Amino acid sequence: MVGTKELIKNLSVKHGIERKSLLPILQDIVEKENFLSNDSMIEVARILDISAAEVYGTASFFSFLDTEARGKYKIRVCKSITCDMKGKNETIKCIENILKIKVGETSKGGRFSLLETNCLGWCHKGPVMLVNDEVYTELTPEKIRETLSEYIREEK
Amino acid sequence: MTTHINKLGYIFSKDCECDDILKNTLAKTKDEVVSELIKSGLRGRGGAGFPIGLKWKFTASQPEEVKYIICNADEGEPGTFKDREILTQVPKKVLRGMALCAYVTGAKKGFIYLRGEYKYLVPHLQKNIDEFHEDMKKFNIDLNVEIFLGSGAYVCGEETALIESMEGKRGEPRNKPPYPNQFGYLGKPTVVNNVETLASTMIVFRLGADVYNNLGTKDQQGSKLFSISGDSPKEGVHEIELGMSVADFVNEFGDGDTKAVQVGGVSGFCVPRKNFNKEIIGEGNTTGGSTMIFNSSRSMYNVLHNFLDFFAEESCGQCTPCRVGCQQLLKGIEAVKAGEKSPKYLDQLIKLSKTMQITSKCGLGQSVTNSFTSIVNNFREEMIY
Amino acid sequence: MSKNTITLIIDGTKVTVEEGTSILDAAKKVDIEIPTLCHHEDLCVAGNCRVCVVEEKGKNNLTASCAAPATEGMDILTSSPKVRRARKDIMALLVSEHNTQCTTCYRNTNCELQTLASDYNVDNDIYLSVLKNNTTIDKSSWSIEKDDSKCIRCQRCVRTCAEIQHVNALAVTHKGHEMKISTFMDFPMNEIVCTNCGQCIIHCPTAALTERRYYDDIWEAIDDPTKHVVVNTAPSVRVALGEMFDYEPGKIVTGKMVTALKKMGFDSVLDTDFSADLTIIEEANELLVRLKKAFVDKEEVALPMITSCSPGWVKFIEHMYPEHLGHLSTCKSPQQMFGSMVKTYYAEKKGIDPKDIVCVAGMPCAAKKYEANRPEMRDSGFQDIDAGLTTRELGHMIKQAGIKFQELPEENFDKIMGESSGAAVVFGATGGVMEAALRTAYAVITGRPVPFDNLNITPVRGMESIKEITIKFEDCVPEYSFLEGIEAKFGIAHGLTNARAIMDQIVEGKSPYVFIEIMACPGGCIGGGGQPIPTTDEIRKKRIEAIYAEDMGKPIRMSHENPEIKEIYESFLKVPLGEKSHHLLHTKYRKRKRY
Repeated sequence: MVGTKELIKNLSVKHGIERKSLLPILQDIVEKENFLSNDSMIEVARILDISAAEVYGTASFFSFLDTEARGKYKIRVCKSITCDMKGKNETIKCIENILKIKVGETSKGGRFSLLETNCLGWCHKGPVMLVNDEVYTELTPEKIRETLSEYIREEK
Repeated sequence: MTTHINKLGYIFSKDCECDDILKNTLAKTKDEVVSELIKSGLRGRGGAGFPIGLKWKFTASQPEEVKYIICNADEGEPGTFKDREILTQVPKKVLRGMALCAYVTGAKKGFIYLRGEYKYLVPHLQKNIDEFHEDMKKFNIDLNVEIFLGSGAYVCGEETALIESMEGKRGEPRNKPPYPNQFGYLGKPTVVNNVETLASTMIVFRLGADVYNNLGTKDQQGSKLFSISGDSPKEGVHEIELGMSVADFVNEFGDGDTKAVQVGGVSGFCVPRKNFNKEIIGEGNTTGGSTMIFNSSRSMYNVLHNFLDFFAEESCGQCTPCRVGCQQLLKGIEAVKAGEKSPKYLDQLIKLSKTMQITSKCGLGQSVTNSFTSIVNNFREEMIY
Repeated sequence: MSKNTITLIIDGTKVTVEEGTSILDAAKKVDIEIPTLCHHEDLCVAGNCRVCVVEEKGKNNLTASCAAPATEGMDILTSSPKVRRARKDIMALLVSEHNTQCTTCYRNTNCELQTLASDYNVDNDIYLSVLKNNTTIDKSSWSIEKDDSKCIRCQRCVRTCAEIQHVNALAVTHKGHEMKISTFMDFPMNEIVCTNCGQCIIHCPTAALTERRYYDDIWEAIDDPTKHVVVNTAPSVRVALGEMFDYEPGKIVTGKMVTALKKMGFDSVLDTDFSADLTIIEEANELLVRLKKAFVDKEEVALPMITSCSPGWVKFIEHMYPEHLGHLSTCKSPQQMFGSMVKTYYAEKKGIDPKDIVCVAGMPCAAKKYEANRPEMRDSGFQDIDAGLTTRELGHMIKQAGIKFQELPEENFDKIMGESSGAAVVFGATGGVMEAALRTAYAVITGRPVPFDNLNITPVRGMESIKEITIKFEDCVPEYSFLEGIEAKFGIAHGLTNARAIMDQIVEGKSPYVFIEIMACPGGCIGGGGQPIPTTDEIRKKRIEAIYAEDMGKPIRMSHENPEIKEIYESFLKVPLGEKSHHLLHTKYRKRKRY
């Protein structure tokens, strides 16, 4: 919690303490802490002098501002129509098998979270996924395995 | 009907030439710039298609000292990815477009509202913005540009929702009027332009308004980027002169077995094979440039279900017709498909989608009827149990 | 003309309005009623329910008339076939998202959605139900029940909590089909910053937000022969209860209310006004002690002192300004003073074992329910007040008892603790506690009545957001000579947004006041969260007029002249702020978290 307070203090210096600073602050907390904890939202509310409910209400509007605990690596698989046509379901199954988690779940130890998302803007190269900010296109089982094993290795 | 596919190369032409274009354009008066833009016929390339010249003119005429320019790079329409390509390949054109807008409107602060899904573009864009700030000194353009990252909400592509989210609020569209050119970001006059629109200003002034205006048809002038995806061997971004028929489009980009083309993304229209010869892309339909091609192996029920699922999730939820209507349409087609409701219920749902069109607060709810009606009417047999 | 005017046509009639007027308001000028749901005159425009759509000739899309300003030459149709069809469709959508078990709903026959659905004869089966089947009713709070299955997402409660109260306990969360009105992290209502003021309840068009109801417990106590059930009613109940029985707002129904309560079987029907007078004696003395400490003893003492009658306000300051609780008067509210006196003084006088007494309070308030259950409020050795009922619940109970309210004769409150002054009555309106306190304090300090015609201290009255008055003390009695020549400033705020402005001055050390009255609800208790629905500014004003009329009709107008008050000090409490008072009539506050 001390770490969170310190982080938010620094972010308030970087982004300001006006209402318009809210999204950039929340985005940076998610980047550092993987999701928005209750404590972090309460602290942001205090610093911006708005209510915690408003912070939560705003955060919950945006799918990238997770208010549930998430893993270090968030895998977001595009579920829009063309990715769906090109094998989104197989992609999900493949990831589920490798990581032993279902969509919406986080792996033990908090390393990976598997999520679905709307259009990622790579419709011509589906299926597509984001791992945190990195995009991976034209996914095949081999490519998925390769990509994920790199993340798994990196973690060890 | 004869049309042709005229592939062009303006937008992705070398980025370096746009400083010369800007230099020449800045020699004109602000009024001249505006009237040339109006004459060119260039309209917003995000989807709504509002004439850019008028937008700039309204904002320029506002007496306030502080004004803002926002480049809308919240490209969330499924099937659209051309703005990402522009920002990757020719960001200078976009920034020069913003500079021109600053010259006309007097804005000194600009933002690129980049969707969170494109966060990996930030280093590349920031480098270009830094160079831009340096380059603009020689033009006496005092425009500071900053990147604002979105956080995953389709509706934030709507300009007032985008502004709300920049102000740290839920991305809920505002009541209009007032429009952003009067009361925008932080209550100040604000121009919100799509990435491609801003880049296209460079083409207008490279070619001249008359030449640009001669491109396309009576209804839609200029060239346009199309994001082509689906059952096509040529998926990708293509710059094409506006005014081609769907039939020609399918001949060029289809896989030989095209059953339907979805023009304008999920908020656009579905054109079935029988109408390929009747429809011109860009006329009477939206201008975002998304074209998704479906071949005969695809279930149009699945397509529509996917679209409605998307709308039900991405509606901001504040207004009744959109929030509840999207859920009803989704649940309704499921019930018809499962045989729990009679096929006649589809007619009730079409009526509902028309209500949504005329009563929803913003373009999201208003446009659901486009895909819904065109898919249900043309592929009714696929909707039924 | 000072302002630009605009002329438009509505349903063929020309209307001229000021620039900036909405189409909805312009239509009202020519007596055209456009249905609304999310719109509320107390709140900013939302434009989200879309029920108020109208057709503008020449436009395909309809316009939300609450949100669209009238413009010159507009040609508006408010009831074209297109409009009627669209409206009915929107209502059907709202119904499809709604728990339509109207027969057992607390707001049955007083629900705006129900009324519209009935007017338009909406077909319940036209669409599938999209009501979420996993919604549970949040009954965690002593005061407020939240039932999402009845919510139409108009956001009136959210705007109320933000604009009128600046608490923001309620917020819109999530989006799309998951969008809902919720709290921080969807926490239950008893774990959040909610002050229990109940303003969200009286602004809710449906029964999504209601007070937690206790009348079944009360009936049980009444039916129990071993229990002595005492009821006391607050001043603003008697000027609003009539609205539950088709009287015009502002009707004073004191006598009928007393009769009704007696008929229902309460063993004793008493007056909270008695303890309001008691509050004044204690609070005025507390203020004088603080002033003496500050002026004479040069001690560190928290000034300005702030009233503590309004439990919504008390919880607000505990959450929002926990470092400044010293400014609050330590006096309990009249309700709680009443409770502790009933279970000690009254029990003693009547010879009843206090464990057999059930003390019920009829209040204009939702927060009083919570206050009654605060652990601090057990100084009599028992829970001082067993249950707080709203004006609305009282109305329901009277109906349940089959009483024809309008036909009732008028009776007087029972004794003891049934006598009160006009000063106690004005507690019900914003500025009232201040007026009552000044009437007594001025008399104590100078030995003369407060220098206003008929004791009516008009500057503290009315709906202005923050009011102030300066009083100069001259020719003081010797004991208060330290106040000689002092011009003291007094402040009054109602609605917690205004309270916040007052508190911010205190935090900055810039408050000009010595004493401040704060009421959580707009207009004071007459506009409380437990009052009849609707409550609008016009209705608030009528209830306030009734309060002052009731005051003028009282033979005694100052708290310290109430003979029952004199008696209670002589025979029981001895002196204001004395040992017994300290134990039974004063309390402590606690710091709370801000979410």
